[in-house]
Amino acid sequence: MGHYAYFVAIFLMVAGLYVTVARGNLVKKLIGLSIFQTSVYLLYIAPGKLIGATAPIVAPQYATYSNPLPHVLILTAIVVGVATLALGLALVVRIREAYGTVEEDQILAEDERRDADA
Amino acid sequence: MMAVLVVAVAVQRNLFSVVVLTGIYSFLMASVLVALDAVDVAMTEASVGAGISTVLLLGALYLVRADEAKPMHRPLLPLLVSVGVGAALVYGTLGLPAFSDPSAPIHTHVAPRYLNDALRETGVPNVVTAVLASYRGYDTLGETTVVFTAGVGVVALLRRRRRRGGGGE
Repeated sequence: MGHYAYFVAIFLMVAGLYVTVARGNLVKKLIGLSIFQTSVYLLYIAPGKLIGATAPIVAPQYATYSNPLPHVLILTAIVVGVATLALGLALVVRIREAYGTVEEDQILAEDERRDADA
Repeated sequence: MMAVLVVAVAVQRNLFSVVVLTGIYSFLMASVLVALDAVDVAMTEASVGAGISTVLLLGALYLVRADEAKPMHRPLLPLLVSVGVGAALVYGTLGLPAFSDPSAPIHTHVAPRYLNDALRETGVPNVVTAVLASYRGYDTLGETTVVFTAGVGVVALLRRRRRRGGGGE
């Protein structure tokens, strides 16, 4: 096993980063950000796992449990993540209203045109 | 399998199929989390990640156009940056303890105290719930504040268009 779980998390992280940076569409950028975020969940949860252990719910027939603290942190992160996603999407909708597009290049071109007009 | 799905998300330009793929990705992530013993996190990820996120994205796609334009600038520089970051992270993980090593610091420092005393101190057998709602109750209060603020922000951003008579989410 070794570091396999970390490498999966890093691949997902890099893929999310690439989508966020390389794509001009704002909705696609937000999806890239949420992929980046899920990779962080994996990065936190994976070290807490013990092979042969069970979920951290105390019961007399089990002795070893996986580490519960990363689970708590990531639960918070998931909920906050969806809140920020909602806020980002609302911003995208407003940008679409103001500029008529959600493509980064066209928004920048429109900005320059307005600056030249002013 | 998740890697294949993520590559499909990156390549696909029809945003509707990207959203559906993201939902599948979230369910896959939830299954992986069950395998890693994080059942509470998996349940949250399946309901929030695959459920609410997908609904939010579909609502946003309803309001903006569903197709992505061809990317204009060359993807070479972002690719180089991403690969560079990935290489640095791989180099960083080489110093971490191996997967499922019981003597790793994460398993020896704080966690045993909660696992041993949480049931006696809080009366909740699920240690994740005990830590979230009891030991870190103020943190969870702060989290709900963040969610509330985000909701207020969404309403503030979208209210003007509702008054003009456009379709709401």
